[in-house]
Amino acid sequence: MTDPESGQVPAEPAARAQDPSWVHAHHVADAVLRALGSLGMALSAIVAAIVVAGGIIALLGINPIEAFRAFFVGSLGSKNGIAEVLVRATPLALAGLGVTVAFRAGVWNIGAEGQIFLGALGAALVGIYAPPLPQPLHLLLVLAGGFAGGALWGGLAGFLKARFDANEIIITIMLNYLGILLVSFLVTGPLKDSSGLIPQPQTVPLPASAILPKLIPATRAHTGALLALLVAFLVWFLLKRTTLGYTLRSAGANPDAARHIGINVKRAVIIAMLISGGLAGLAGANEVSGVQHYLTQDISSGYGYLSIAVALFGGLEPLGVILASLFFGMVLVGSESMQRAVSVPVYMVYIIEGLIIVSMLLRQLAWRRSK
Amino acid sequence: MEQSWQQLLSASFLLALLSSCVRMAMPLLLAGLGETFAERSGILNIGIEGTMLMGAMAGFVGSRLTGNPWLGLCCGILAGVLMALLHAFLTITVVADQVVSGLSVNILGLGLSTLAFRAFFGLSGQTVKAPGFDPLLIPGLSQLPVIGPILFRQQVLVYIGLLLVPIAYFVLFRTTFGQQVTAVGEDPRAAESMGVDALRSRYACVLVGGATAGMAGVFLSLGELRGFSELMVAGRGFIAVAVVMFGRWNPVGALLAALLFGFVDALQLHLQAFSITSIPPQVLQGLPYLVTILAVVSGVGRGFIPSALCVPYRRGQ
Repeated sequence: MTDPESGQVPAEPAARAQDPSWVHAHHVADAVLRALGSLGMALSAIVAAIVVAGGIIALLGINPIEAFRAFFVGSLGSKNGIAEVLVRATPLALAGLGVTVAFRAGVWNIGAEGQIFLGALGAALVGIYAPPLPQPLHLLLVLAGGFAGGALWGGLAGFLKARFDANEIIITIMLNYLGILLVSFLVTGPLKDSSGLIPQPQTVPLPASAILPKLIPATRAHTGALLALLVAFLVWFLLKRTTLGYTLRSAGANPDAARHIGINVKRAVIIAMLISGGLAGLAGANEVSGVQHYLTQDISSGYGYLSIAVALFGGLEPLGVILASLFFGMVLVGSESMQRAVSVPVYMVYIIEGLIIVSMLLRQLAWRRSK
Repeated sequence: MEQSWQQLLSASFLLALLSSCVRMAMPLLLAGLGETFAERSGILNIGIEGTMLMGAMAGFVGSRLTGNPWLGLCCGILAGVLMALLHAFLTITVVADQVVSGLSVNILGLGLSTLAFRAFFGLSGQTVKAPGFDPLLIPGLSQLPVIGPILFRQQVLVYIGLLLVPIAYFVLFRTTFGQQVTAVGEDPRAAESMGVDALRSRYACVLVGGATAGMAGVFLSLGELRGFSELMVAGRGFIAVAVVMFGRWNPVGALLAALLFGFVDALQLHLQAFSITSIPPQVLQGLPYLVTILAVVSGVGRGFIPSALCVPYRRGQ
């Protein structure tokens, strides 16, 4: 009875709106409706992409039904297929969450690919050169190394934008090429493992203490997937529940207005790019520590570019990004299966990716017409 | 004796370097000229990269199927215009975000070009040959010392690219259309109140940009190298966007900027060919990208940016 909430008398209608539980229920219903709406729109984008992709497959002289069968059987038809979807979805989710932070702050970070390479480099350096450590500590440091590497590359672009007002689209794209070349130089030169009979352009393997544990036995699925879920929650918390998140979103929504209420927009740009690059760097660490177990010059084959589509398709919402990463993970695995089974070139991935973005943009038209 | 031999080497090295500077500048110049039109009308097209890839693919396929590189060029231009039409529709009619639309054009260009190339030639695509553009010696002029080998022993697309500079300058600064484009790029609403059809001007400019980006792609697939690979554009579409900025949204500026970037590209290629072993190849390959960053950071062109660039415009609001 001393509990203040249960001890209160029923509120009058006018006061009802102030009652936190009522407001909360209203918000939840609203959020559910909005989520259902965006889910419906996402599904219609997928259907549109499938129809056009099916048409293109038919033009190639391949039976689309057989192709789609291979697509779904390969990706969702077995334990191994599902594990592979998770393996692909994890870096997409981590980098996609990074892209989300930057886009929400109004910074066009197209540089996730380069930030993944730098993150992979940071993780590999810590993994290989740290003194012997217990696994949890070593793993934590490897991930921190990955974050730091990506944050360095992203932060550099953020600094150049903030300090020199330099166009971040071009800067981040150029940093992609430079990051890939830097890793290529290192793994063919100073960091190359020359111990094997035929030395490959890659580093020595990471010790067992720097390897992410398996998630599903006898598959490649590893616990990086759980890391992605944790990061999604942290990004949601950052954006929705912290002052920093509010600052970033304000700077992104309307920089002039943000300046008027005393927000340091330049600082917000740099912080957003540090976080954004750091999360892409975690994707790189995930590839080194969870999948390859050493650093190679093709440690990411376009995850960074695809993560932009993941972030946009996910509506720049952490939960949406997770769902979108699973979808695109499935597209990657399914497309490879289509190539193996019925010789649909794996480049179909890009077409599906492009069609999905285009159909999401086209929705704006339908939406305006309906108003 | 030895010194004169060295001088000869360095003189011929310099001539070869400057000649390939002009050559390497061409895809950047062609794409940059069209992008100058698009951006002056207020539409940023970062889909140039994928558009060039489509142009390269269509040009090669067209030349291979018809046996005529000129018909290949037409195919490349057409492919570029079609990609630009998508971007124009999304950004002008749908009023979608210009950056996101450009990204989708890049991704679709990458997917469609590689898929179509595989559909035509299968896995053996890398060994297929197609007729391309050979160097065309301009009678008389090609015999001039220094200038001759640098400017007048190039393939025909180089001459076309150089001729397009004064043409673009004239159209933009000496015609009503050019003035309308500039007005639309500064303030579409004000331009429309003066009777200019802003949407039509923008469509025209974006399509011009697609046509020249298609030509730039054909230059890559039917010029010195005859073939197609998804790696052949290698960021030149994005560097072309930097060329427009560094060239202050002016065709002559674009020429100078393209020559600068072309020089860096030629330099790194020649240094690689000379195999100066102490420099790792990745350092040389990275030079064009590094110089592009420096150019963007330098702030050249900042005061010349069209006011309405990237600003969504809807009629009647």
